[in-house]
Amino acid sequence: MEINKKILMPSKETRQERFGRTLSFISISAIVVLVALILYFIISKGISTFTDNHVNLWDFISRQDWSPSTIGKDGKPEVGALPMIVTSFSVTFLSALLATPFAIAAGIYMTVIGPKKSRGFLQTVIELLVGIPSVVYGFIGLTIIVPIVRTLFGGTGFGILSATLVLFVMVLPTITSLTVDSLNAVPKHLSEASLALGATRWQTIYKVILRSATPGILTAIIFGMARAFGEALAVQMVIGNAILMPKNLITPSSTLTSQLTTGIGNTVMGTLGNNALWSLALVLLLMSLFFNILVKLIGKRGKF
Amino acid sequence: MNPKVVNKIATGVIYGLVILVVAILAALIGYILVTGVPHISWHFLTSPAQSFLAGGGIRDQLFNSIYLLVLTLIISFPIALGAGIYLAEYAPKNWFTEIIKTTIEVLSSLPSVVVGLFCYLLFVVQMRMGFSILSGAIALTFFNLPLLTRNIETSLESVSSLQREAGLSLGLSQWKTITGIILPAAVPGIITGIILSAGRVFGEAAALIYTAGQSAPFVDYTNWNIFSDTSFLNPLRPAETLAVHIWKVNSEGITPDANAISSGSSAVLIIVILLFNIFAHWIGNRLYKKMTSSK
Repeated sequence: MEINKKILMPSKETRQERFGRTLSFISISAIVVLVALILYFIISKGISTFTDNHVNLWDFISRQDWSPSTIGKDGKPEVGALPMIVTSFSVTFLSALLATPFAIAAGIYMTVIGPKKSRGFLQTVIELLVGIPSVVYGFIGLTIIVPIVRTLFGGTGFGILSATLVLFVMVLPTITSLTVDSLNAVPKHLSEASLALGATRWQTIYKVILRSATPGILTAIIFGMARAFGEALAVQMVIGNAILMPKNLITPSSTLTSQLTTGIGNTVMGTLGNNALWSLALVLLLMSLFFNILVKLIGKRGKF
Repeated sequence: MNPKVVNKIATGVIYGLVILVVAILAALIGYILVTGVPHISWHFLTSPAQSFLAGGGIRDQLFNSIYLLVLTLIISFPIALGAGIYLAEYAPKNWFTEIIKTTIEVLSSLPSVVVGLFCYLLFVVQMRMGFSILSGAIALTFFNLPLLTRNIETSLESVSSLQREAGLSLGLSQWKTITGIILPAAVPGIITGIILSAGRVFGEAAALIYTAGQSAPFVDYTNWNIFSDTSFLNPLRPAETLAVHIWKVNSEGITPDANAISSGSSAVLIIVILLFNIFAHWIGNRLYKKMTSSK
């Protein structure tokens, strides 16, 4: 009987195994639950502008007057987020557009044409650029870029152009390191075949390596855009924080993130002014999810 | 045009762009250090901040940053370790694991201001923790978890599967194999990852403005009672960090020497993060050599 029981009982190893498996599963579930909580809270808070305060969704994304505490001419509160949405997208696209050539050049240098030693050096440079905190970027933008923009183009110097230049440096390392990964993933025999056919190095890079790495590079650019779209403080310090429809690149303006950072402390929880800000946060969240989906779609199509 | 000429031009352009990137970094770091380092003095590092007068220091902010970093690592490391072990060792290849991986990707790409606002709503307002170091540490944990988890996962995965088989063939449970064999072998990678993530946490500000707060009330560095309001260890007191301080003096503009304070603080931040980076590489290499006895 005794021995029978001993054999049928879970061994020490089994118990260890159950313990460890449960422990690690609890940790991973905690993360999943946290993300679900974030989504739930931001979404439920973000839609209260439309459900509790009965703001028209179309008005929210198409009107240009943002001053939730006052009632507009038509008897409805003014919560038009279009200026901020437009500004956010402008700085995002412009900075990604500016950073991409640099990132691709750095990527090509680090994978194809650079000597081994300087590849490592450039790698370190990129890592250091990642490490610089965003407030420091903001501070440098404020003390160098804004005055330069002011003297070159007039105006106050605050605006989309300054924000773009700051974000350019911030998204550059993101795009570069992912571009390097995708260039490295291009099979060696492709470029060897091209060189063997008598193509020059640039022809090989342009017609073979870059072509086959295109999905990866697109993914890199989208990650960069996601970072630019969500960056708050550095942008807030140089954009000027005027909730106006941007007329050009050098007038003060305001992004979703900058409006959030300046606004949330000045509004009372539960009021329309506060709820409207949460709706801006919801827009940010949805865009971030959208960027993720985009990356997944590209990843599916771009497999070797 | 002659392909050879095009080749030369393209190579030249690439070199030019690369040199520009390096120049931008050199100018950035150079500018921060040149303008900032002269402001760093013993007085600057050890005196409290002033709101309306010039000559304030960053003592409390510096301490808060470090304390917050330590708390964040204490909270996030065990969770990330468990999650990393699950993903690297246990996770079956099915739709559920896919969902988990996607969730972690989503968390890592969420804007830090959104994470900060969520923590503000849940912890500061609804759970009544107020602006506190603890709320800040939780916010930073959210921000840190995906990075750390992925780092631990890849470090564990890079350990040769021969080691796993050896452990299992000795009759050890999988859990024992992981904790006794795989984990020690992955330690260099994990340590490097922790230090690099510490650098990011140290400079983060957007997630902290509405969680750890923007004020640094008087604290007593001799009061070791963790529950006392004036104790420097009290995790429920509001705490402005160095990065938040830079943002605040610049955006409020009531401190007369805001520029000097920001350049000094920026230089301190950059130096600390550079040290983190160098230390991470050094210790990673060193531990790797020690563990694998390779020269």
